[in-house]
Formats: sequence, C-alpha cells, structure tokens
Amino acid sequence: MSRRDKMISKIKKLMYQPTYIRNIGIVAHIDHGKTTLSDNLLAGAGMISSDLAGDQRFLDFDEQEQARGITIDAANVSMVHSYDDDEYLINLIDTPGHVDFGGDVTRAMRAVDGAVVVVCAVEGIMPQTETVLRQALKENVRPVLFINKVDRLINELKLDSTELQNRFIKVIASANKLIKNMAPKELKDKWQVKVDDGSVAFGSAYHNWAINVPIMQESGINFNDILNYCKNEEQKELAEKVPLTDVLLGMVVEHLPSPDESQAYRVPTIWPGDLESEEGKAMINTDPDGPLAVMITDVSIDKHAGEIATGRVYGGTIEKGTEIFFVGSHGTNRIQQVGVYFGPERVNTDKVPAGNIVAITGARNAVAGETVCNVGRKIKAFEGLEHISEPVVTVAVEAKNTKDLPKLIEVLRQVGKEDPTVKVEINEETGEHLISGMGELHLEIIAYRINEKGVEIETSEPIVVYRETIAGTAGPVEGKSPNKHNKFYIEIEPLEDEIFQAIHDGEIKEGRVKGKEMAAKMIELGLGKDQARKIWNVYRRSLFVNMTRGIQYLDEIKELLMEGFESALDDGPIAREKVVGVKIKLMDAKIHEDAVHRGPAQVLPAIRKAVYGSLMLAEPTLLEPIQKVFINVPQDYMGSSTREIQNRRGQIVNMSQEGDMATVESKVPVAEMFGFAGDIRSAAEGRCLWSTENAGFERLPRELQKIIIREIRDRKGLSPEPYGPDHYIG
Amino acid sequence: MLYFIGLGLYDEKDISVKGLEALKSSDEVYAEFYTAGLFGTSILKFEELLGREVKILTREEVEEEIIPLKEAINQDISFLIAGDPLIATTHTDMMMQAKKRGIKTQVIHSSSILSAAPGISGLQAYKFGKVTTVPFTEENYFPHSPYMAIKNNMEQDSHTLVLLDIRAHENRYMTVNQGLEYLLNVEDQRKEGVITENTLAVAIARAGSPNPLVRADNIGTLMKEDFGGPLHCIIIPSKMHFMEAEYLVAMAGAPEDIIK
Repeated sequence: MSRRDKMISKIKKLMYQPTYIRNIGIVAHIDHGKTTLSDNLLAGAGMISSDLAGDQRFLDFDEQEQARGITIDAANVSMVHSYDDDEYLINLIDTPGHVDFGGDVTRAMRAVDGAVVVVCAVEGIMPQTETVLRQALKENVRPVLFINKVDRLINELKLDSTELQNRFIKVIASANKLIKNMAPKELKDKWQVKVDDGSVAFGSAYHNWAINVPIMQESGINFNDILNYCKNEEQKELAEKVPLTDVLLGMVVEHLPSPDESQAYRVPTIWPGDLESEEGKAMINTDPDGPLAVMITDVSIDKHAGEIATGRVYGGTIEKGTEIFFVGSHGTNRIQQVGVYFGPERVNTDKVPAGNIVAITGARNAVAGETVCNVGRKIKAFEGLEHISEPVVTVAVEAKNTKDLPKLIEVLRQVGKEDPTVKVEINEETGEHLISGMGELHLEIIAYRINEKGVEIETSEPIVVYRETIAGTAGPVEGKSPNKHNKFYIEIEPLEDEIFQAIHDGEIKEGRVKGKEMAAKMIELGLGKDQARKIWNVYRRSLFVNMTRGIQYLDEIKELLMEGFESALDDGPIAREKVVGVKIKLMDAKIHEDAVHRGPAQVLPAIRKAVYGSLMLAEPTLLEPIQKVFINVPQDYMGSSTREIQNRRGQIVNMSQEGDMATVESKVPVAEMFGFAGDIRSAAEGRCLWSTENAGFERLPRELQKIIIREIRDRKGLSPEPYGPDHYIG
Repeated sequence: MLYFIGLGLYDEKDISVKGLEALKSSDEVYAEFYTAGLFGTSILKFEELLGREVKILTREEVEEEIIPLKEAINQDISFLIAGDPLIATTHTDMMMQAKKRGIKTQVIHSSSILSAAPGISGLQAYKFGKVTTVPFTEENYFPHSPYMAIKNNMEQDSHTLVLLDIRAHENRYMTVNQGLEYLLNVEDQRKEGVITENTLAVAIARAGSPNPLVRADNIGTLMKEDFGGPLHCIIIPSKMHFMEAEYLVAMAGAPEDIIK
C-alpha cells in the first residue's frame, strides 16, 4: 500500500469518529498570512512537498490568485495529524481576507466548528480581522489565535522581549473583547483566548515555526531564545524544534471543538426546526444513522466533473447514487459521486457521515445556502447565510460577439451560483446585463472568470450603487387603485436608528412577519407598543406597519399590500435605486366589496403610488456607499498619501504613528475610490500597505444630489427629473 | 355628451334601439370588454351593423387615461359596455368625473347577468343576497370572501349569484368547474361545511344566447360535466320555495329529492 493510499484509508476511517475530527477555517485580514500558513500546515502533515509550500501559494489554485498574490476562493483541504498518540482528521478551509470576498468567509463559517484567527504581529488587529472574527462568532464558531510574522517584530522593528510580550497582550486583549461581545452568552468566558492554556500561539508561518506557552514549558525555549534564533537567522533550527504544524494543529485539536461537541450547541441556532424531532436529534447528536441534513456552503464548477457542491453534513449519511432533495428550490437530483478532501484533492468515496465536509458531484440544482435532505424525508431548511456587507458596485456586461449571447446568460447564472454575494441582473431584451459586487476588485475577478468560461465580454466602467431614503415625514397620503374603488392611506417617516442598526446587524431578521415574536425586541429598541405588535413586514431595513383595526377584507389583500410595498422599495421614485430606512404606516383602507375589483391589478398600483407619493413628499434623499480606508505608510509619504484621500472627498478619521510608519484611517465615498490602487501606489512609490472596509451608506452632499440623480436617470433612460408627489397622488 | 350604452348579454342585437340611435349619432365610439364580453358576435360584425369604427379600450386606457371622458369634452361619445353599463363594473367613477367636468351623461340600459341568471334558473329575484365573484388565483391572492359571501347568504336563507372571473386580454374565462373547484379549495382550508360535493348548485352558461344552458345538481356531479363555451356563472341556492325546486327539477335536471 502506498503512503497515499494509507492516508486515504485513514481519512475514510476517521470520518466515522467525530471525536477525532476537527473542521476548521483559517481567517484573517488580507496579507496577514493565512495561505502561507495553510500551505505549510499541509506540507507539515505530509500532504504536499515542503518545497512547494509557502512561496508557491499552493492553495491559491486560480491563476488570478497566483498572479495577484491573494486568495479569492475559499479552498478546502484535509489532513491527518497525530496528537497524544491519537490520529485526527483535520478538515481545513482557507478563506479570502480581502474585503471584497467576505461572502466566502460567511459561507465557510457554516461548514466549520472552529477558526484559527491569524493576526500579523506588525499590523495588529485590523478591521477585516474584526469582521472575520465577528463572522465566525456569529456562526458560533470557536476561535483560537495565531500571531504571525513575529520574526519581523524582532528583525525589522527591533523589539525586545518585554516589548514583544506587550505587543501580544494588546492583540489578545482586543480579540477577547470582541469574543466577549459576540460569542454566545454561556460560552463567552470559556471562549476567551489565553496565553497560559495555549489557545494563543505565535510564530512565523513563512519560516515554519510556532510556539505557545505549554510548548515553551515542554521544550524549555523562552522568549529570549526566540529573539536569538531570529536575530541570528537561525529560524530553520527553530522550525525543527517547534514546527508550525505540530504546534498549530496541536492547538486546534486541544482547543477547538469536535463536530459532535459543537453541533450540540450550534444546531439550535442554525436550524429552526423542532429539536425533539428525529432529524433534530440526529443533528444534535451528529448521528450518521438519522435523516440526512446537509447545508451547501459553496458551489464551484470543475472543468471535468461539472458542478461540485461543498457542504457540511449535520445529520445522517450522504451516499453516492442516491436521490437528494433541495429544500429551497424543491429540486431533486441523483448524486453521481460524493467525496472528501485529501490534501487539496477530492477523493471519491461511497458515503460521508455526519460531522464531515463533503464534496458532492452532480448536484445540478445546488446553490450556496441550500439545505439538502433525502427524497421523501423532507426537513426544515437551515437558517439562511447572512452576508455582513452588500454589493456596492455594478458593471454592465455585454457579449463581444452576438453569437455568445445565449451562452453569456448561462455563464452569468453560473457565476451567481458560485458566489452568492454577486448579484446578477439579466436583461434579455437589451442584452445589457448587470453584475453587482463588493468592490472594483471583486468585479474584475468576476469578469475574468466569465472570460475564462469561454465568453468574451466587454464591461462598462464600474458604477456605484446608491440608496434612496427620506429626511422628513409625510402623510396621511392617499393611494388610489386604477378603478378608483380602493384607497389606501399611509404615513411615512425615517426609521428609528436603533431599529435600522438592529436589522443591519441581523438582530432583527428581515421578512414578512408571521407571529408576534418580534414585538418584544422592537419595544426594547424603543418602538411604541401600538406599532411593535402590528408590524407586517421588515424589508430593506424598512418597516411596514398596519395601524388599522377591523377593516373588512384587509386580511385578503394583506399579501398584495406587502408585495406592493416590497416592489416599491426595490425601485425607488428618485432614481430607481433601492429604498432603505423608512417606516411606512398603513393608517386606513377603503376596499371594494367584490374580489375581482380588488385583485392584484388594483391593489399593487394603489399601494405603490401611496409609497412613492409619500417618499417624494418627505424630503427624498440619495445615499452613497462609503468605505473605510486604512493606509500604512512610511512617514515621508504620509503627506502625499493623505492628499490622495482628501482629493477623493475623503475624511481623515484617525492618524497614528509607530517607529517610522504612520497609519491613516479615513472614510471615502466608493464612487471616488476607482483607480485608487494605482494612485496610492505612485503617491507612496509602492511603499504602502492599504486595505478597505465597507462602511454602509451616507447621505450624498446636497450640492451633488441633483447632479448624481440626473446622471443615474440618464444612464437608466428615465426622464431627467424625478416625478413630483402629484404624479402619484390624486 | 357621454353615453354609457349597455350591450346586453350575447350578440350585437342585444343593444336597445335607443342605444343604437345614440351610438349612430355619436362622433366616436369606444368599447371595453375587460369587465365582461359578448360571445355571440365579433367587433367586426358590430362595426358592420353600425357602419362605423368601434375602438376597443384596455383597462389602462379606461381606468388610467379615462379616454372616453377626455374625448367627450366637446363632442358626443358612446362608451359601450357588455351587460348593463353600471352593474358589476366600476364605471361609476367616470360618471362622477364627468359631472365634475360639466360633461352631460346618459345611461342606456340593457339586460344584465344579474337579472338574467336568476330569471332562467327559476329562482326568485326577491330571495338573492350579496353577489360575489370568484377571481383567478394569483400569487399572493386567494381570497376566501366569495365563500364567506355564500355562507352569510345561506345564514339569511338567501341564494347567491357567483360570477366568474374574466381575463379578456389573456383569453381566459373561468368555467363553472373552475369556480366550484375554487370554492371547494376554500372549504378545504376553512372546513365550515358551506360548500361540499353534496351542495346543490346551478350552472349557467351562455345566458342570453339562443341555446342557454341551465343545469342544477350537487357539486360532485356538476364537477364531472362540461358546460361548453363561455360565459359561465353559478348560483348556490339556499332554502327554496316549492316553485323554485320544481322548476329546477323540470327545467335544469335537478335530482327529484330536492322537492320535499
């Protein structure tokens, strides 16, 4: 039996012993060293040649990833690690750190139970570190901390042993603060990362060594020794004494939960079904014999095998050749193959039991976020994946050759499936399709992928996505149905900030409201009792509240009113951008006696007119997306760098200094950020590190409102000025 | 002047002589067929009979643009509507608008399903309750109110005339079978025992034509029958006078046991 075969048979055996499995993700801010770490872990576990690791960026399969030196897709790998005489199966997902690809991180977190948070010792905790840590904690994924690039603190910043330790303490303290705020209540103390118990390690992924306090005690190596190894350029020796793989994977095995431990507390939060049911119990107990429950977390297209869906098996066992059912789309599919990962490859097997990450071949209907069960044994769908940020940039895409038109549509649909944070709007009439994404880079990559799939395309200049809202109040405003026999009266006002924020943070879920379960939370956030109990709909960070009482037939048209409300917010009256942050109260309704005279053709236009009319009466306002921009640059280039920010309507929020390096934190409208990469590179002569974070929407300066509204309306082929309220009312 | 002229139930000859005269004297003639249609004729035959053009308006052109009203400001306009112009339609709004703008109006009546259906079914007009319409089901729209109207009428010992939805622009006209199925679906959800397979119903098809069909039986039996081309409607009788029951048995093939 070859070594490879031996490993594979070990993996297949360990699959059935959840106590000996760890499903983990590696998360970090961009350039803090995730991929180098993952590669070296793989090499250390004997999965790839150690020559290939590190510099080669083994896990960045994609040509684009290699070229840009960043990770774009989350990559799955598995390895076997020995710890205390036992062998463990480690399923690892390397995730992207660039803010544009945050969706991949959210999805990966649903597949894993624990996360290694990598923090660069030089930069410390960065905004994207906070974001990914938050994403992990939101999914009840337990973190451990790896402080990377310690050698640079010693050799470049020349810190001594005390300074080194102070630096670590600072990083650990801010990580723990986040954990305290975001972790589940009963676990937030247990989950604190601590130097003493070894849930914090530090080292250099690049030079392949790592250490934590338990290992220090075991090996007798102390801080001064580490300083010396680094100063004397003896990191190779250090790597032999305290190899990265052993220390890191040891930490993972010791501190991160096994699937059977974690599913017991995670399932109640990610699955809304009855926990006492057969499938509920199977998931809580990671039972391979229960009903099948899989959540798809990623879909990719393999040139040879077709669509590969990666997912986490929470209950039951998925078997090749069986028929599966997609709960969301009601589709069925016969599975061609199921596989697990061996190193970075997929290895096919007959079945994969609960607690593992599975690769399913031939799952044609799969979309990330789907729930999979066996045909005839339907289960309730998992909670949806909530993406922390939303698309802010759009490009129009056209096929270069008309013969590619049909193929382009197919490819665009595929792209939307592979990456749910991409929003694709297909317009078969004009042939001009829109793709919206998280940023300029994100869209460049998507465009590149479409070309890769054999369709040559032309893309427009990137366009910023705006939002519409109001600054004032209005009402009651009357909306009449076309036949004039139905009337709806609404009042409008800006939504309270606390509630807006709570919806944004996911504390309040969007959707049509079924029961009254939301009322208590709303009252807590300051909404009056009279309103809190009468919310019909939460949509686009806006509320639709029914303030009426005892109106006959209102119940029969409730769904239509909500549909009309939603469609009005999808396409606002100012410039057909999305409307956010409003509260609409239905105050009264006059409804025709007969069902045919109050159907969709009457009710939808009536409520839409009322919403549009009231928006236009309440100081309609355009919002633009904002990014936080962090620049790390040598002192000498600080002036030219801040000028780049100020030239872009940017505001400097904070400036700090350490040694020769300055850090500038600022806020800049996304509309002004196009081309920033090139400009800042030349302003700092290439000597600067920078990153961005999406920071929501802010009101467009008054002097720009009119100009931008006109620009958008021109682009969309609308009349130059928005219609006034009279157009909709009366 | 704006004439609202009823076209009656079936073909071009159901219009009254008065209506025809008004129409001939008008400068323009408009018609709408989205609230009801005439199945015994076509617009071409109509134009032939009149010797002039008739412009058919869509729902948008009537409700949103109100074309007949705008045109009537300084000329005589005829607006043709199947049935009786203000019955089971929403054109009263246009009447009010006309008055507001100082446009004279005249309504020229014709027969309506509201009188024809009780008539040919032998059920006494005195004993009817609220009229209701079964709409085509749509996403987010499946009202129970037609069922509730029948229930309330039953409680008052009143018959119910159930009209059936028309989608002229999609060429869809609800059949008796579809209407009954809708009501049975509501019954499935509400389980109040108002509409069952054993409930007596009257199916009416093509009222006003030379061969109208009136067929009374329990719903279970009616569901298996085909009533031919449009337009259809249904009556759900409540407690019956002996004359009504005897008529349904003699003229509409109702089971004898309904005469007690």
